[in-house]
Amino acid sequence: MDTATTPTDAELEVERRRGRRLRKSRNYLTFVLFVGPNVALIMMFIYYPLIMNLRFSLLDWRLGSSTARFVGLQNYIEFFTSPNGLEVWRVTIIFTVATVAGAMLLGLLMAVVLNKRLPGRVVARTALFSPYVLSGVGVGMVWSFIFDPRLGVMRFFFEAIGRRSPEWFNDPRWALVMVIIVYIWKNLGYAAVIFIAGLQSIPSDLLEAANVDGASRTRQFFTIVMPLLSPTVFFLSITMILNSMQAFDILRIMTPSGNGTNTIIFEIYLQSFGAYQRAGYAGAVSVVLFLTLFAITAFQLRYVQKKVHYQ
Amino acid sequence: MSANTVPDMADITKDADFRPDKTDLQRAFSRRNLVDTLMLGYVPMILALLVIALPLVWMVIASFKPPSEIVTIAPTFLPLDPTSANYISVAERVPLLSAVRNSTIVTVVGATIKVFLAITTAYALVFVKIRGAGFVFLAILVALMVPTEAAMLPNYITISSLGGRNTLWGILLPSLGTAFGTFLLRQQFLTLPPALLEAAELDGAGHWRRLWSIVVPITVPSIATVALITVVSEWNQFLWPLVITDHPDSMTLPVALNLLQSLESNTGNYGVLMAGAVLVIAPILVVFAMLQRYIVAGLTQGAVK
Repeated sequence: MDTATTPTDAELEVERRRGRRLRKSRNYLTFVLFVGPNVALIMMFIYYPLIMNLRFSLLDWRLGSSTARFVGLQNYIEFFTSPNGLEVWRVTIIFTVATVAGAMLLGLLMAVVLNKRLPGRVVARTALFSPYVLSGVGVGMVWSFIFDPRLGVMRFFFEAIGRRSPEWFNDPRWALVMVIIVYIWKNLGYAAVIFIAGLQSIPSDLLEAANVDGASRTRQFFTIVMPLLSPTVFFLSITMILNSMQAFDILRIMTPSGNGTNTIIFEIYLQSFGAYQRAGYAGAVSVVLFLTLFAITAFQLRYVQKKVHYQ
Repeated sequence: MSANTVPDMADITKDADFRPDKTDLQRAFSRRNLVDTLMLGYVPMILALLVIALPLVWMVIASFKPPSEIVTIAPTFLPLDPTSANYISVAERVPLLSAVRNSTIVTVVGATIKVFLAITTAYALVFVKIRGAGFVFLAILVALMVPTEAAMLPNYITISSLGGRNTLWGILLPSLGTAFGTFLLRQQFLTLPPALLEAAELDGAGHWRRLWSIVVPITVPSIATVALITVVSEWNQFLWPLVITDHPDSMTLPVALNLLQSLESNTGNYGVLMAGAVLVIAPILVVFAMLQRYIVAGLTQGAVK
């Protein structure tokens, strides 16, 4: 009786430890219940596919076929050396560079304009951003109509300069130009809004000082604004490169066969689910895509911390 | 010197306080400034707005035009004989009602589950202290960098073997795990003062209650942001639903419109196609117009510290 009501120090210590252990294991249980479903889904549909792609990439295997042949790195070699593989790289690089550069240049231009204290600028900013959130399928349909060489309004611009509208959909080179234009249209508002935020983070006393010193506005822009904007430029170019490399819906709607517009993503889709169903080759392309995007992101994380920093 | 200068001098000393305002006004209404505002401000702004808005306006107008007004050498801006026949034609070509229903279910159910999972995951990562939580966070962070497109072929094989082709759960399941929402909410939860939760802990509130009665109510704006962005991306989702459905009745709206486009693009029947485009674009445009503050904030997060 006595020992039970007045516990010794040793017993108290045991009790405390048990409590701590109990709380610890209860924390583990809580953590697993809270995080488990999400992590399980991520493992099953993001990580597991990565491993599967690695496996497929070493096989000559048609989707749905019960036989597969081990071919080593043959699929990778094909992607980097065959005319079709090189064409995919060419299209991807042109599309990415052109859309990122185009959207950023026009976005910067609009940001400078919309950063002025003009009445209506907030509405204009919102309107400019809106295409970014719209369905790529819907946007692609609208622009297919506009670009139609016989029925679209774009033909009037060419008639005005005395030319005939290019065959946007049948000529692979013009097809690529067309999807680049549409993709820039959809994304330039995003770039503009990010640039506006960047412009507003530039301390105004710097520009006032330059004003007092008599620097022209052009000079101020290139010697003060641009250098201070470089972190924004860097962030945007990386984000938009990642976005452009994952573009699909506009390309698929406007040019269903991918003639002239088969970027890496489009190629994975066509190889997997098109006429040939080459799952092994598509696996190799997927692995390369993943590694490329991963490298770009890792580069961004490293570089951002090290170099582009002004505070 | 002459009589003229004296009043001027007097003016300067007497109205010293007023002077800056006067020159400001003069500068504001100077011809140079007006030209600047117009040429470097309003002209490019209005040009840009026209470039952004006209394709969408053209879409709406064309969706009400009969075929004869589209297949014409000189189209008019407004329809001469407006008709809603195009919208009925969309429903005749593709199972429109089921597509809208499927898209709505996928959007609502998908967004609800994703937001719920993002909330619980972010909470546990920030407030449930265990060893190994950092590793779990890293795994989620890396998942954020994996393009879902790179996973489509293996996921197609997984979902088909589970019998999920042409089903709503087959469309939903692979994208339910959420790295983006988790990441965004974790950032937000980290800014909450720990004292807030310690008080509740002393009162004996468990994690579940602390999450729903303290953390969620004070982070509603961030949760709304995640929810809206998720709704938009679920509604617009195209590649995966395209891969996993081939039966018209189980298609979502974007996939059904892809089918419509392949049926009609060679016929020049653009009125019908524009009606289809309106159906997929308009709902998001309305949501965006009403709640753009949250959406823009979320989509541009991380750009400027």
